[in-house]
Amino acid sequence: MSLQLFIEQLLNGIQFGFMLFLMSAGLTLIFGVMGLINLAHGSFFMIGAFSASFVAGLTGNFILAILASLIFPALIGIMVEFAIIRKLYERDHLDQVLATFALILLFSEATRYIFGAFPLFLDIPNILQGNILLPGEIVYSKYRLIIIIIGLFIAVGLYFLINRTLLGIQIKAGQNDRQMIRVLGINISRLYTIVFAMGAALAGLAGALIGAIQSVEVGMGEPVLILAFVVIVIGGIGSIKGALIGALLIGVLDTMARLFLPIFFELIMETSQALSLGSSLASMSAYLLMTLVLIFRPTGLFGKK
Amino acid sequence: MFKKSVSAFILFLLTISYAYGDKVKVGMITTLSGGGSGLGIDIRDGFALAVKGEPNIEIISGDDQRKPDIAVQLADKMIQSDKVDIITGIVWSNLAMAVVPAVVNQGKFYLSPNAGPSLLAGKKCHKNYFNIAWQNDNLHEAAGGYASSAGFKNSFIIAPNYPAGKDALTGYKRFFKGSIENEVYTKLGQTDYAAEIAKIRASNADSVYFFLPGGMGIAFIKQFSQAQVDLPLVGPAFSFDQGILKAVGNAALGVKNTSQWSKDIENAENKKFVEDFQSAYGRLPSLYASQGYDTGKIIVSAMANASIKDMDAFREALKNAPSQGFKSTRGKFSFSSNHHPIQDIYVREVVEEDGTLTNKLISSGLVDHSNFYVDQCKM
Repeated sequence: MSLQLFIEQLLNGIQFGFMLFLMSAGLTLIFGVMGLINLAHGSFFMIGAFSASFVAGLTGNFILAILASLIFPALIGIMVEFAIIRKLYERDHLDQVLATFALILLFSEATRYIFGAFPLFLDIPNILQGNILLPGEIVYSKYRLIIIIIGLFIAVGLYFLINRTLLGIQIKAGQNDRQMIRVLGINISRLYTIVFAMGAALAGLAGALIGAIQSVEVGMGEPVLILAFVVIVIGGIGSIKGALIGALLIGVLDTMARLFLPIFFELIMETSQALSLGSSLASMSAYLLMTLVLIFRPTGLFGKK
Repeated sequence: MFKKSVSAFILFLLTISYAYGDKVKVGMITTLSGGGSGLGIDIRDGFALAVKGEPNIEIISGDDQRKPDIAVQLADKMIQSDKVDIITGIVWSNLAMAVVPAVVNQGKFYLSPNAGPSLLAGKKCHKNYFNIAWQNDNLHEAAGGYASSAGFKNSFIIAPNYPAGKDALTGYKRFFKGSIENEVYTKLGQTDYAAEIAKIRASNADSVYFFLPGGMGIAFIKQFSQAQVDLPLVGPAFSFDQGILKAVGNAALGVKNTSQWSKDIENAENKKFVEDFQSAYGRLPSLYASQGYDTGKIIVSAMANASIKDMDAFREALKNAPSQGFKSTRGKFSFSSNHHPIQDIYVREVVEEDGTLTNKLISSGLVDHSNFYVDQCKM
């Protein structure tokens, strides 16, 4: 294996990681601030992809499509928070899981009703098709590089939002002591709505960015949601920094395991067995890492003790 | 005069009921909601089109949601409370494996409009089980044959890590004469193929074969095209179906794929099917729709020749349908001894016709092709 291929795969892992970060940032904030387990987070990923596909089909403009993938999920997020989620904050986690699972079914069937059962079309703009030559003779997809850059921007943006703005201070305060900030006279329900809408918008953005290189179909959010939960468990629930580190860890580990495990097992056993065992272990790698983290740090890498 | 016309009318009714025989209840278990529902909806619509206007067929539909446990519950309900005679409709092999053995052992017929797992063609074959579509390996075997005849010497092959994926690559290798550069199994449901595509680019392969049904295939073709890897791509028809081509877009143009059916196979039956389907549902039919349609037509043909009350006669009528009036949309069609189709499997190319992406026949890949498991089946 050449060094170029290795670095290309490393970049692939990082790109996958940033995509997971967009999903898990919202999930971890919502859980950290409101104490809500939101299974319907994957639905916003899907709604983002469908909005982008719809707007792209209408206007042919990718930038507008990306904007739509932020705005529509945020609006729907606000409505859902108002109508349903708000009543769940004081209930226990089982009620939240039940209610948000019902939301998954509602969103999926509503989407199928509106757009039909067949996958939709969404492609990347022509200017981003193909590859770019990075220093060191590394060939890399332009579009995936853009995803990495967008992910970096969002990570830096969230860092400033949390650490340098009034809203960020309120969010942090909300994570630490919900009762206290209510007593201090902060409009907590407005804060909850903002956080929920922000999480929905980030998930929607991830859906649109990924939808352009995958397939835009009903139920596309749930596999990503499962990995996003793994990420926030590894990173520590409520921590944006944990979500970023966890997402990058999972992204790189998953990609590298897919690449190296079959090769590794081929050294010690027969090819067909090695392929089968290697690929099975590779698909388990994220969960194995989660198990290890839970054994040694039950609250996650950056979770509160 | 009045008496005469009444008795003539009664006589007429009697003749009708004689000609049409007894009522047949068909249980349609297929995927109508959630992921993969496009396939089930096409099978259901194709079947409904085939039996439209048949007064003696009653269809009872159920949505299996692509879940084996729900499919089993539906089958039990249809057999016990609806008293169906025939069950059909299942799209996925894992669901078929859960439902079919129980159905046929309770003395009902099962006609498969899609899934054809090797076990049901070989060791677990049954006299009441008929497959109208193909045995799972068939399309992949044709792809291997095509790749050899196209002069490819070294293939990179990729499929999901589950039984049908392994069957697929086995089928390809069975008919491919060249060498295999690399064999990759991905996670079922994986939709990011950056790592695999980088591997393909770095390899010495001269062709790529992939079996990635549903959304997996859409993602793979798009990413393969976006990465601008300059290698010919070959796949089975499942990833180049009418519903999927819309989502893949121009990335699929020019790709060769193998199928037992195509909308431009020339015969009267197929022409009528394509026209009727379009006018009934306002979209082009897929191969799944054609399989559902053929399944319906086989039942209609068997009903004209035997009564469902006599299981043995009806079974013979099903088996002999291809020589007793049933005309497949694929043209040549007959059953092998393990009740699977003997048929031609074609090579198609994705082309653009009047602004719509669709498939065009380019050659017949395997002629009168049966299946590998005939000898393993003791009925």
